[in-house]
Amino acid sequence: MFKKEISEDQIIFAVRKLFLEAVTELPEDVCEAFEESLKIEESLMGRSVIEQLLKNKDIAKEESLALCQDTGFAVVFIEWGSDVYFRGKSIYEAVNEGVRRAYSEGYFRKSIVNDPVFDRKNTNDNTPCILHLEMVNGDKVKITVAPKGGGSENMSAIKMLKPADGLDGIKSFVLETVEKAGGNPCPPIIVGIGIGGTFEKCALLSKKALLRKLGESNPDPRYAELEKLLLIEINKLGIGPMGLGGRVTALAVNIEYFPCHIASLPVAVNIQCNSARHKEVIL
Amino acid sequence: MEKMYKKITTPLTDEAIRDLKAGDLVYISGFIYTARDAAHKRLVELLKESKELPFDIKGAVIYYVGPTPPKPSRIIGSAGPTTSSRMDAYAPLLIEKGLKGMIGKGGRSPMVKESMVKYGAVYFIATGGAGALLSKHIKSSEVIAYEDLGPEAIRKLYVEDFPAIVANDIYGNDLIEEGKKRYKISSL
Repeated sequence: MFKKEISEDQIIFAVRKLFLEAVTELPEDVCEAFEESLKIEESLMGRSVIEQLLKNKDIAKEESLALCQDTGFAVVFIEWGSDVYFRGKSIYEAVNEGVRRAYSEGYFRKSIVNDPVFDRKNTNDNTPCILHLEMVNGDKVKITVAPKGGGSENMSAIKMLKPADGLDGIKSFVLETVEKAGGNPCPPIIVGIGIGGTFEKCALLSKKALLRKLGESNPDPRYAELEKLLLIEINKLGIGPMGLGGRVTALAVNIEYFPCHIASLPVAVNIQCNSARHKEVIL
Repeated sequence: MEKMYKKITTPLTDEAIRDLKAGDLVYISGFIYTARDAAHKRLVELLKESKELPFDIKGAVIYYVGPTPPKPSRIIGSAGPTTSSRMDAYAPLLIEKGLKGMIGKGGRSPMVKESMVKYGAVYFIATGGAGALLSKHIKSSEVIAYEDLGPEAIRKLYVEDFPAIVANDIYGNDLIEEGKKRYKISSL
């Protein structure tokens, strides 16, 4: 027996609203992290970048204008409680319809091409979305949207390390990836790291790590320690805001881990630009 | 803070860019042209076929941007820079033909940097992620070519006091390299 029912229209409406807000309103924790970073940034140019970002988020919110012209790939996470019945044809189609409406009504940029190699023709409504649908216990449905820009996604990387590479291997791969990215992914960045699982699980973990609230650490103290250490090391690289040199290259490092095969040590680094947009709702 | 900005106007003259040094904060005013990957590909094809470009490249400034569509009451939507390195394959030929300025984000390839020194051109970095703020400095916008490319069409923009930073000058200085060196802390 289902305890609750959610309709196609409810999904469309929720997704539409989440994207309209996420694309134009920077999350509070990111705003606070910008303010904090002004306290440590010594570079004059770096400070001017952060000051512009603070002005930018005010203008975007006041005028319901996109924070960044790259309004991203529409990434959507849904945790669906098994006690909830879906009334409608397709959850995937409902989410796509929500995306379509938000990107049209919000005057957001349509950045998706239909075929990666041969046609590369714009789909003109920013669909399809990327939907990660997970069945969980309970009678709630949690929807999280995370529009993801191309510039920072392009700088992300995954590597299948050997177990013998261990902690040192992880550290050097993360630092290497961030250093190579330089100013391209619009620092100050947030670094999402997935460790363990399989190839695709690891990549997904790194993306999920980006959804965590800034200032919160991994509950496992060993991973929390690694997050802290990597953040210090990344900020020693000197890349700085927009890669112009400075103390603040990253605002946070978030790690998610998962058990892995005896032969493996996968590590994924998903880089999030300063326009760290995401928003969630529980139905 | 205000007086530290150098005011420059487009089209850029050789004299004006001689005065620009990596690290200078500038306010750009005048007409500039937008182009991303797809438009660059077409521009370079035209040049290779010795055909005319849709705008005068001499002294021109190209802004690497694909704006969001304007709301009914606005000139343009959000309009911040995109990653410049994707245009590196095309930039040297345009510089050779007279392009004087590029606005984008991130570093450039050695070939682009060489062309900037050889033919006299500068590269400006604007703040990525500040597209709403930067759009306030755009006073007019008109699609002049490749409308079929949507956000990647070539637009002629009139900008006023558009804030940017000189990243590469005609003397071979590179703000990105120097900045990183200045703030890098070696680990034990």
